[in-house]
Amino acid sequence: MNRLYVNGISSISPQSEDILETGNLREYQSNIIPALKHDYKSMIQPMMLRRMSNAVKMGLFCSKKTLLDAQLDMPDAIMVGTGQGCLQDTEKFMEAMLTAEEGLLSPTSFIQSTHNTVGGQIALDLKCTAYNMTYTQNSVSFESALLDALLQARTESGTQNILVGGVDEVSPAFTGFQELDGQLKKEPVKNTDLLWSKTPGSIFSETASFFMLGSQETENSYAELVDVEIINTAEIQNIGERTERFLQTKNLTSSAIDIVILGNNGDSRYDPFYHELQEKLFAETLQLAYKHLVGENNSVSAYAFWIASKILKENKIPDFIKLNDLNCSKPRRILIYNQYLGKNHGLILLQKL
Amino acid sequence: MSDLHTELKKSIIEQLNLEDMEVNEIENDEPLFGDGLGLDSIDALELIVLMEKDYGIKLSDPQQGKEVFNSINTMADFIEKNRTR
Repeated sequence: MNRLYVNGISSISPQSEDILETGNLREYQSNIIPALKHDYKSMIQPMMLRRMSNAVKMGLFCSKKTLLDAQLDMPDAIMVGTGQGCLQDTEKFMEAMLTAEEGLLSPTSFIQSTHNTVGGQIALDLKCTAYNMTYTQNSVSFESALLDALLQARTESGTQNILVGGVDEVSPAFTGFQELDGQLKKEPVKNTDLLWSKTPGSIFSETASFFMLGSQETENSYAELVDVEIINTAEIQNIGERTERFLQTKNLTSSAIDIVILGNNGDSRYDPFYHELQEKLFAETLQLAYKHLVGENNSVSAYAFWIASKILKENKIPDFIKLNDLNCSKPRRILIYNQYLGKNHGLILLQKL
Repeated sequence: MSDLHTELKKSIIEQLNLEDMEVNEIENDEPLFGDGLGLDSIDALELIVLMEKDYGIKLSDPQQGKEVFNSINTMADFIEKNRTR
């Protein structure tokens, strides 16, 4: 069985990429937070860029930065996880349908609205004709892409370097609709206050985090991806047991985990899943959070993966991501746990090299 | 330059998201596809929609499209002769 190393990383979010080093935490008053703008023209041709929605721009820009970080020109496979896909073009297209009364429609937004546009545009830009797959599995979209990468590594398919990422964007109307079914908070909440919120719903944002997973360790390697588990349904009272069972498949117990990164998003209805692990299984473990930095979206666990990769390489853990007072100077293993609306639970285990 | 030429250039810039481009940067006889403005096949679809929406002209023959969309001049000539609105 081949091992998988994280050999390159990149992320775009509402926070700057050096947030763990500088501690420059940006505060937002809105419940829908856009990602920070980047100099996309520095890496993407203007004629390609003009048609791209944020998800495509972020995904392609991150992919190219990840390749640079890993010092590679071409991946052997591209796997993208996106829960809501290209929401902006979907909204644009549907608005045009209404305006034109289902008459003549502009084709570009329709062509660009499919979920696999991000993966397709990465392939077109890189001229990469290798395996290209997009996973749309709600909040385990990124975990599904990781699972594919692990399966390919384990089957000795010859795939050496796999570009894996998670990306989701916000759009003006469609993201706002999520307030109607209680996904988005009704009252304005500052992102830095999110973890202490006691009301239903969360705040939404757009993020893209991409990784080069290679079968060979390099000088630039950040960590090793050990395993991924997807649990579609679980109850609060048995999430601890399900987590222990996952660790047992690796001959580990909870005491072998140095840091647990949890997806607390301030939703009073579903944060108890995290509280269950915080108070019991990982009560003596350093607990970190990240959604008060970047909010919620269907592939935001990729941002947690980005944080974990950086911590395992650089050993820097700023206080503003800590959920408890424990310390860990040299973490060896990090477990990421995320769920959304009490469903689609994802567990990702990384370890130090 | 006629009003139609300017109007066409403005519509093309807006419809095709040519964000950094100004009306005076597009020459009337410059090829729209290939080496000129560098438009592609998706843009051709957008131009077909633009012709029908703004001028009531339906293009059904692909060969005809190739000639019509050669430049701003050829588009303007064709619109003048065939517009229904």
